[in-house]
Amino acid sequence: MKTKIPAIPYLIWTLVFILVPLILVIYFAFTNQKGDFTIKNFADVSTFAPVIMRSVMLAFVATLVCLILAYPLSYYISRQNKTVQHALIMLVMLPMWMNFLLRTYAWMTILEQNGLINKALIFFGLSPVKLINTQWAVLIGMIYNYLPFMILPLYSVMTKIHKSLIEASQDLGANSFNIFTKIVFPLSLPGMASGVTMVFVAAVSTFVISRMLGGGANILIGDLIEMQFLGMSYNPNLGSAISLVLIVISLCAIMLMQQIDDDDDVEGMLL
Amino acid sequence: MIKKILSRTYIAFIFLFLYAPIAILIFFSFNKARGRGVFTGFTLEWYNRLFSNDLILTSFLNTIIVAAVSSVLATIIGTMAAIGISSFNKKMKSAIMGVTYISIINPEIVTGVSLMLLFVIMKLKFGFTTLILAHITFNIPYVILNVLPKLRQQDNSLYEAALDLGCTPTLAFWKVVIPDIFPGIVAGFLMALTYSLDDFVVSYFTSGITSQTLPITIYSMTRKRVSPEINAISTVIFTIVLITLVIINIKEIKKEKYLTQLKRKFNKNN
Repeated sequence: MKTKIPAIPYLIWTLVFILVPLILVIYFAFTNQKGDFTIKNFADVSTFAPVIMRSVMLAFVATLVCLILAYPLSYYISRQNKTVQHALIMLVMLPMWMNFLLRTYAWMTILEQNGLINKALIFFGLSPVKLINTQWAVLIGMIYNYLPFMILPLYSVMTKIHKSLIEASQDLGANSFNIFTKIVFPLSLPGMASGVTMVFVAAVSTFVISRMLGGGANILIGDLIEMQFLGMSYNPNLGSAISLVLIVISLCAIMLMQQIDDDDDVEGMLL
Repeated sequence: MIKKILSRTYIAFIFLFLYAPIAILIFFSFNKARGRGVFTGFTLEWYNRLFSNDLILTSFLNTIIVAAVSSVLATIIGTMAAIGISSFNKKMKSAIMGVTYISIINPEIVTGVSLMLLFVIMKLKFGFTTLILAHITFNIPYVILNVLPKLRQQDNSLYEAALDLGCTPTLAFWKVVIPDIFPGIVAGFLMALTYSLDDFVVSYFTSGITSQTLPITIYSMTRKRVSPEINAISTVIFTIVLITLVIINIKEIKKEKYLTQLKRKFNKNN
């Protein structure tokens, strides 16, 4: 069965709904309201440099923390028997199926000025701390929301590391440090690369988490874009320029991660 | 021993981190007081309000309609695309797959605003049409990525055998190819459906005022600082997801049991 015809609707769809919109973003980014060519938008973007820097920093830290938290957990799960593996992965995925706005809202309850953490601090005779509307709150929101995106790809590569491989290296005299550096770590790199990409891109472009937990002082690139398109400062040209910057940042992260993961067979990795 | 305690504590910590916020939402959904933090007594008031809230019920219905329509259409277009893509040569194939990955890799907000620009230029009225077009767009790649591996695993000789036995290509396609890749189609459809039900960012930019989906309504509810109906809606959604997962898991376990029984029987007979 060889026929290219069924792909035609999809090719047209991609052209109209993926490529043309991206070209529109580029066009808007390089024009002003009258449609004349300009690079002024990018000059305006540079005034937002602190916001862009903060977004990249926060996303980077969130990705790092997710990696540190997820790595041992994924390894632990991958070494259990099949039934336990299945149950634990289900438990990891269960919160993901709840809308992420609701999960972020839950953190508002916890981090608020008279929220649960501060209540606990007062209960133990300590002074309350300011958590909501700080960078810390945004960071916690990012880590909480995107942790499963790190666990799942790591788990899916680690579960493929065969037990006999580790046993063989033990027989040959490798200690646990060697087993980790020579076997587990190299074989887990593809999963790490896709986990890092997914968490970083999602974290750097979010506007909901910063809006709900960060208050007005901790806006991110996503908030800037949202404000230009749907907010007070309506300016789709500037919004497109910022979007373009965001695309470039995401692409850099993806290409950096592809250096680590030279395996190009990524189909079904998201499953 | 110490190692075991340490790893157990660590696992417990992660799962506490994942579930504590949800547990808190569920707990406060039964709270009499409007404010969060102090439990003043048990009530079902918020559930009552939730189920008589027209805005929530309408947006829930909208979410279902958009998800159903867009995932069915995405499944059809995506499956056809996968079949077509698998007959392109290697170079064309990787070019098309490259474009397919764009929409997965692209930050959601960029997908949202770029589609918004397109709809503005096309002078489309923001509403159901734009929502469904946007949802189909971000859903198709997931269908393709689920169907393609199944097509690759497929043994072409089965299709050829069907032709040799007098099948028309169309009949052979429906009787041989489709059943073979069907698990991939179903998986792709389910993924599209879940992404669609859950999507906020793209919908936020492409929906307009008249056709809000549930996530958008939830967003506007969270903007008003205190509204305990959110706790109730969280509990409802969590319960639905939990029940669905348990049912799926029981089915899987039953299937596994059946397979082991079958294996045992087979071994005995030989």
